[in-house]
Amino acid sequence: MSTGDTTATRPVGSGPLWTTRRARRSVGDGTTRLGGGPLVTAALLVITAALAVLWVLPLVWAVLTSVKPEGETTAIPLRWLPSQWTLDAYHKVLAAGDILRWMANSLITATLTTVLVVLLSSLAAYGFARTTFPGRRTLLAITLAGVVVPPQLLVVPLFSEMVALNLVDTYWGVILPQVVAPAMVYILVRFFQALPREVEEAAVIDGASRWLIFWRIVLPLSRPVLAAVAIFTFISTWNNFLWPFVVTTDPGTMTLPVGLTVVQGSFGLRYAQIMASTVLAALPLLIVFVVFQRQIVRGVAHTGLSGQ
Amino acid sequence: MAPHPARTQPTRRRDWSGLLFVLPFLAFFALFLVWPLVLGLGTSLTDTTLAKDGQFVGLANFGEALDDPVVWSSLWHTLLFTLLSTPLLVLVGLVFALLVHHLTPARWLWRLSFFAPYLLPSSAVSLIFVWIFQPDFGMADGALAALGLTPEIGWLSDPAVAMFSIVLATTWWTVGFNFLLYLAALQAIPDTYHEAAALDGAGGWRRLWTITLPLLRRTTGLIVVLQILASLKVFDQIYQMTAGGPEQSTRPVLLYVYQAGFTNFRIGYASAISYVFLGLVLVVALVQLRLFRSPEEAA
Repeated sequence: MSTGDTTATRPVGSGPLWTTRRARRSVGDGTTRLGGGPLVTAALLVITAALAVLWVLPLVWAVLTSVKPEGETTAIPLRWLPSQWTLDAYHKVLAAGDILRWMANSLITATLTTVLVVLLSSLAAYGFARTTFPGRRTLLAITLAGVVVPPQLLVVPLFSEMVALNLVDTYWGVILPQVVAPAMVYILVRFFQALPREVEEAAVIDGASRWLIFWRIVLPLSRPVLAAVAIFTFISTWNNFLWPFVVTTDPGTMTLPVGLTVVQGSFGLRYAQIMASTVLAALPLLIVFVVFQRQIVRGVAHTGLSGQ
Repeated sequence: MAPHPARTQPTRRRDWSGLLFVLPFLAFFALFLVWPLVLGLGTSLTDTTLAKDGQFVGLANFGEALDDPVVWSSLWHTLLFTLLSTPLLVLVGLVFALLVHHLTPARWLWRLSFFAPYLLPSSAVSLIFVWIFQPDFGMADGALAALGLTPEIGWLSDPAVAMFSIVLATTWWTVGFNFLLYLAALQAIPDTYHEAAALDGAGGWRRLWTITLPLLRRTTGLIVVLQILASLKVFDQIYQMTAGGPEQSTRPVLLYVYQAGFTNFRIGYASAISYVFLGLVLVVALVQLRLFRSPEEAA
């Protein structure tokens, strides 16, 4: 999705977002948003850099541990850098084989969940935002009440349900309960309500059906917010722990976060290997974020969650 | 199908076709949210275990839960975690966003640094911080030693300290989300406001307090609401970092539910505790709704 494209399709109705980009171009002195002298800017830059270093330090420490020979990880006093850099821990972790399997499981379950969430939520949100069937308000209110229910509370009865459905230790067992995302419905309802009605109404006069309007007009207009919903659903499903932990017992169906927790036990106190598997587990989403950073940051604005 | 003028007319034709859009979602909603909720409530009135279907015992489980000191202590730990983590997660997110919004050089780098931890699974975060909080050869002690301090802190082993260490790790992990929400809100403030104030002679510090922060009030309200609800659900990182220890000093209520259900196999009792907790969450949510309800949502 190109930048020009998203700007062009951005709905006129969502005022503040529209002004954002233009406002950003009129920034004053080029280095800071709010002005202030060069000294202030330099000071803020130093503070920000220090905080950023502090914030990535745990990750750096994890990487440094993972490239040390196992014997050096527990040296006292602590050694910051390895005397000898080695990928030994990575070789051992990958040779054990499970981590790639867990990644594949996470990828499959997170992708299917995301597709289903986007599909079900956007359909429902359109129905709630634009149609007038009797009982619509009540059903919307019930859906919104669902936002408050902590999913972890449902784990015990959901497990009984999965036993009854024979879905324990299956992908669908992991996926199905995560497909219900009332918060995403809410975000999309608000977005659809803010879309200008004129285009849709013109299509109605031309005899287009609701389905056609939804697929050909509303969804294309909503690409940025759908991307945001998809991205955040994917992140949270990829990282979800408790439900996959409860519903999978076979290492063959475990997702990455579950496998990683189990791994701690099997590696004993081999810290280089534990950190190597941690780094490997962190890598996929970090790469995705680096690549899609702009879309993700802009997507947040489109969710309306920033309260603007 | 509603033709154009129908929108402004007081009476509308009954149109059931919209229900078709909503039905697929509602089916899943009923199956995997409403049904387990009802099932759990039913189970909470029985002495069901993982092994056998139970007998109806009325409100006995609820009576036991209210008398169980572990229910109260674990509820307190959940509350304590929420009270400690919410202000930190909101304030740090705001400060990061203000800094990153203000600075143009290498903005993507700062943004990446502050947001990156949010992308990690809880298991990775927990493994990293258990490792950092190791006594003697952990990075936390090592960093303090590099500064010449050797305070002998039992990061995860001292019952008086462990919860704070967990809050610290959680702040590192999840502040990126609030940071992004604030950043989006800041970018939506037209620069003309600042330019006008600057022309009137208001300095950067003054503009922060008179323009930026007041304009962020709605965003802050929303972030606080979301954060409190998220913090109340704490489970993963505590389960993984301390398993509720040391001496059960960090066990949150959701961990107790999990233990009652899957370790002690008392599904009925676990469900009863779940509902006590759900009651608490609903109260918090309703209070927040009253406090932060925006006029437009009333429509």
